[in-house]
Amino acid sequence: MIEFIASLVPANLAAHSPALLVAVPMLMAPLAAFMPNGRLAWLMSIFATGFSLIMAMVLVTQVRSIEGGAIISYAMGGWVPDAGIEFRIDALNSMVLLLVSSIGFLAAIFSWPTVKAEIRDAKRAMFFATYLVCFCGLTGVASTGDAFNLFVFLEISSLATYALVALGASRDRRALPAAGNYLLMGTIGASFFVVGVGFLYAATGTLNMAELAVRLQGVPDNKAVLAGFAFITVGLGIKAAMFPLHQWLPNAYAYSPSFVTMFLAATATKVAIYALVRFLFTVFGLEFAFEGSTLIWILMPMGIAAMIACSFQAVFQTDVRRTLAYSSVAQVGYMLLGISIGTAAGVSAGMFHLVNHALIKGALFMALAGVVLTYQGTSLNDLKGLGRTSPWTMSAFAIAAVSLIGVPLTAGFQSKYALVNALFEHGWWWAVAVVMFSSLLAVVYMGRMLEAIFFRAPSNPNKRRQEAPLLILVPLWILAIANLWVGIQGGFVAGLADDAAAALFIGGAS
Amino acid sequence: MSGEMAIIAALVLPILICGGIWLAGRVPDIREGVTLVGAAALFIVAIIIAAKVSAGESPELSLGEAVPGLEFAFKAEPLGALFALVASGLWIVNSFYSIGYMRGNRERNQTRFYMCFAIALLGAMGVALSANLFTLFVFYEILTLSTYPLVAHKGDANAQRGARIYLMTLLGTSIGFLLVAVIWTGALAGSLDFVPGGLLQQAEGLTPVVASALLLLFAFGVGKAALMPFHFWLPNAMVAPTPVSALLHAVAVVKAGVFTILKVAIYVFGEEILNATASREFILGVACFTIIVASLVAMTKDNLKARLAYSTVAQLAYVTCGAMLADPAGFMGGSLQIAAHAVGKITLFMCAGAIYVATGRQNISEMRGLGKRMPLVFIAFFVASLSIIGIPPLAGDWPKYELMQGAADAGLDYVPYVLILSSLLNIAYLLPIPILALMPPPGSGEPAPYKRPGGAPMLTVAAPCFTALLCFLMFFGIGPMSDFLEPATGERVPSAYMDAAYIEGVEP
Repeated sequence: MIEFIASLVPANLAAHSPALLVAVPMLMAPLAAFMPNGRLAWLMSIFATGFSLIMAMVLVTQVRSIEGGAIISYAMGGWVPDAGIEFRIDALNSMVLLLVSSIGFLAAIFSWPTVKAEIRDAKRAMFFATYLVCFCGLTGVASTGDAFNLFVFLEISSLATYALVALGASRDRRALPAAGNYLLMGTIGASFFVVGVGFLYAATGTLNMAELAVRLQGVPDNKAVLAGFAFITVGLGIKAAMFPLHQWLPNAYAYSPSFVTMFLAATATKVAIYALVRFLFTVFGLEFAFEGSTLIWILMPMGIAAMIACSFQAVFQTDVRRTLAYSSVAQVGYMLLGISIGTAAGVSAGMFHLVNHALIKGALFMALAGVVLTYQGTSLNDLKGLGRTSPWTMSAFAIAAVSLIGVPLTAGFQSKYALVNALFEHGWWWAVAVVMFSSLLAVVYMGRMLEAIFFRAPSNPNKRRQEAPLLILVPLWILAIANLWVGIQGGFVAGLADDAAAALFIGGAS
Repeated sequence: MSGEMAIIAALVLPILICGGIWLAGRVPDIREGVTLVGAAALFIVAIIIAAKVSAGESPELSLGEAVPGLEFAFKAEPLGALFALVASGLWIVNSFYSIGYMRGNRERNQTRFYMCFAIALLGAMGVALSANLFTLFVFYEILTLSTYPLVAHKGDANAQRGARIYLMTLLGTSIGFLLVAVIWTGALAGSLDFVPGGLLQQAEGLTPVVASALLLLFAFGVGKAALMPFHFWLPNAMVAPTPVSALLHAVAVVKAGVFTILKVAIYVFGEEILNATASREFILGVACFTIIVASLVAMTKDNLKARLAYSTVAQLAYVTCGAMLADPAGFMGGSLQIAAHAVGKITLFMCAGAIYVATGRQNISEMRGLGKRMPLVFIAFFVASLSIIGIPPLAGDWPKYELMQGAADAGLDYVPYVLILSSLLNIAYLLPIPILALMPPPGSGEPAPYKRPGGAPMLTVAAPCFTALLCFLMFFGIGPMSDFLEPATGERVPSAYMDAAYIEGVEP
C-alpha cells in the first residue's frame, strides 16, 4: 500500500521529498498561528502531517527500491556539503520518519476533541502551530545529516514541547513545574549535546555526519573526541530518558494535555534514541563506541536498571498516566539493551521495539485521553468498570496493554522475542532473565489496570455508557489493529528494522 | 475431507461456535444447541484427523509466518490426535452436564460462560495440533487467557482472588520460563519444529549443562502441568463452577500442560538426549515427590473439590514422571494417563457438581449416607475412583502398568514403589467417600433432604454415569490405543518379565 501511495506522487515532487517533509509543517506552523479559529488550524495540522506522511512513504519506497537499501542525499538549497546542509536518508531514518509522521498524522486527527476540552478557545490556533513546530523539529532531527543542524532541530522540537507541556496548566497546575523541570533538564541535555558537537568540530573541522565518520577514523585517541563522545551520549541520553536521566519524564507525561502526552510518548524519546544510535554507529562507528571505549558497560547496565527499577516504580503508582510514563522509561531500557548488544540482530530488535512501543503507548494514551474526556480522572480508581461503560475504547486499550506485556499475537511479543533471540545469540543469558522479570512486572502493573477496567464494579454506579468520540476511536483502533497486525504478520516492520540495522553496520564499516 | 481441511475445521469450528453462541445469546435453548452441535462436529473432525494419523498420514497446515522464523504451522501426530480426541469428545459430555448444572444452579452470565468454553477448546485444539513450539506457545496462552473469565465466573472476592492466582501463576511461569526455553531452543537448534527423534539433535553446541537448564525451564515453565512447587493455582482454580473444573481442570487445561511436557520430551529432546540430560532425574524426583505429597495433602482436605484438585496434581505428575523415564514404555504410560485420567477425573468432578447442585454440600463429612438418595452418582464416583486407583478392569490400570514397565526398563527401582504407594494413598482418600455414602455406618441417621426440589438435574447424573462407563470400556480398547500411539512413543522392548513368561510358556 505504501508503494502504491508513493507511486501517485509526481516525480518532481518526490525528488524534493526530504526537504518537503520537514519544510511543509514548518511553513504551515506560522500560518496556523494566524488562523482566526482553532478548527482551521486543526485542519491545517492534519494537512501538514498528512503531507509529511506521504513524503515519508515516498522516502521509504525510494530507500527500499534497491536491495540493501539506498542512501538518499539531499543538499539543502543546492549547497553541497561541506558548506551546505545535507539531508541524508537511509533505511534507518526512513523508518523513523515513517513512524513519526504516521503517529503525527493520527495524533493530529485525534487531537480535536481533547484540545477542545482542555485548551481555551483563544489559544487553540497557537496550540496547533506549536504542535506543527514540534513535529517539524522531530522530523528534522530524523532526516538531517548535519550534526549542528540536528542540534537546531532538537531544540526546535524541545522548545515547542516545553510550551505544549505547560499548556496542561489549565487542567492541572502541576503542569507548570513539570514543564519547568523538563525545560531545565532538556536544556542541559541540549547544551551537552552542542558542547560535544563543538569538540568534534574542533577535532575534525566538519559538521557533516558522514564526513565526521570518515575523519574520526583517523583520530582514535584524541581527548577532544573522547570528551565530545561523552557529552553527546549524555546529552542525547537525557533527551531519550535514559535511566537515570529520566526524572523529567513522568511528570511531563502526567500533567501535560492528553494530546501532548500521547504524541510525546509515541515519538519524542524515539527520535532521541534514533539520534543516539546515529551517533554511536554512524558517526563514531562500531569499533570506537563499542570496542575502543567502555560505552557498552554504560548503556547496557543503564538499560537493565531502567527495566527493573522503573518497572517497579510503575507498579507502585496510583495514577495511570504516571504508571505508563515509568513503563516508558523501562521500555527505553529494552531498546538500549538491544542496541548495546552491538550486533545487527540486537540493533534490529531495538529498532523493532522502538516502532512497536510507539504503537503501544500511542494507543494506550489515546484511550486514556478518551477516558479523561468523558470521566475526568486517570487514577486506577477511575478506571473501574469502564469495560462496561465504554467497551470499544477499553477493548483497544486492552489490546495495547497485552501488547505491552508481550502476549503472543501482538506487536510487543514480536519485538521482545527478537530481543531475547539476539541476547541468546550473543550469549547474554542473564539479560534474558532480566527481560523476563521486567515483563512479569509489566503483567502486574498492566494486569491491575485490566482488572479494574473489566472486573471491577464502577466506583460511581451512575456512570452512564459513553464511548470516546469517533475522532478518538478511529485513530485509536488503527493503532490497536496495527498492534495485532504486527503481531500476526510482522514481516513488514521486522523487515524495516532489519534493513535499518543493516544500514548502520554497512555505514559503520565504510 | 483432506487432512488440511480437517485441521482448518478443527481451528475454525470453535470460533464459529463462539460466534454462534454470542448471536444466540438471548435464546438459551438455541445457544446450548449451538454448543452441542458444534461440539459434536468438532469431535467428528477430531475422529477424522485421528483416522488419518492412524492410517499413517500426517495432515499438515501452514498459516504463514508471523515474522521470519516464527511460523503458524500445524501437524497432526498420534499424541496430539489423541489429546484432541479426548478434549473434544469429553466436551460433548461436559456440555450436556453444563446445561444441567448451570440451569440447575441458576448461574448468571451463561452466554459468556459458553463462549469462553469454546475459545478454550480452540486453545486445546491448537496446542494438540501445533507443529512447532511457537504455535504451541501461542495456543497455550490463548488457553490460559480464555479460561480466566471462567475461573472468575462467580465474581465475588473469593473467585477473583482464585482467578488472579490462576492467571498470575500460569502467565508468570509461561513467560518467565517456558518462553525463555522456547527462544533458547530456537537459538540453539535454528528451528522450532517438532522433529521425531528430537529437535535438539540438530543443535550445535548443546552442552549437558545447557540441556539440563533447558529441561528445567521447560518442566517448570509449563505451569499447567502443576509440578510442585507450581501446583497451587489448581486448588485455587476450584472456585470455578464445577463444569469448568471438570472439563478444563481435569481435561483440557491441565492435560495441555502435561501434553506439552510429553511433546517436549519426545519431539524436542528425544529419548537419546533426554537420557543424557542430568536434570531429567531431578525432575523425575520432583514428579515422584509431587505424586506422594499431593496425595497426602488430598487426604487432609474435607472439601470434595479441593481433595479432587490435589488428586489431580498427583495424577498429572504421573505423566511428567512417564516423560522423564525417557523410554518408550514411559512415554506410552504418560500418553495413556492423559486419556485414562481425563475420563476418570471428569467423572469425579461431575459427581461432585451433581451433589452440590442437589444438596448444596461441598464437604465430604456431610455426605455420609447420601448414597441412599443419589445412588447412581455415587456408584459412578465409585467406579471412577477405582479407575484412578488403577484396578482392572478399568482404564486407569494401563498407564500404571506401562509406567512401572518403563521404570523397570530404565532401571529406576524406586519409581514402582512410588506408584504403588500412590495407589494405596488413592484408596485411602478416594474410596471412603462413596463407601460411606452408599453404606453409612448404622446409626448415622437419615440424610438431609435435597436443597433443590427434585434433586440433581437429570443431565448432571447421566453425564458422569456415561463417563464411568467409558472408564470400563476403555480398559478393553487398550490394544488399538497403544498401536495408535506407538509411532510417537517408539517401540517398546518386551520386558524381562514378559520374556521369562514367554520362555516358560514356549519351552518345555
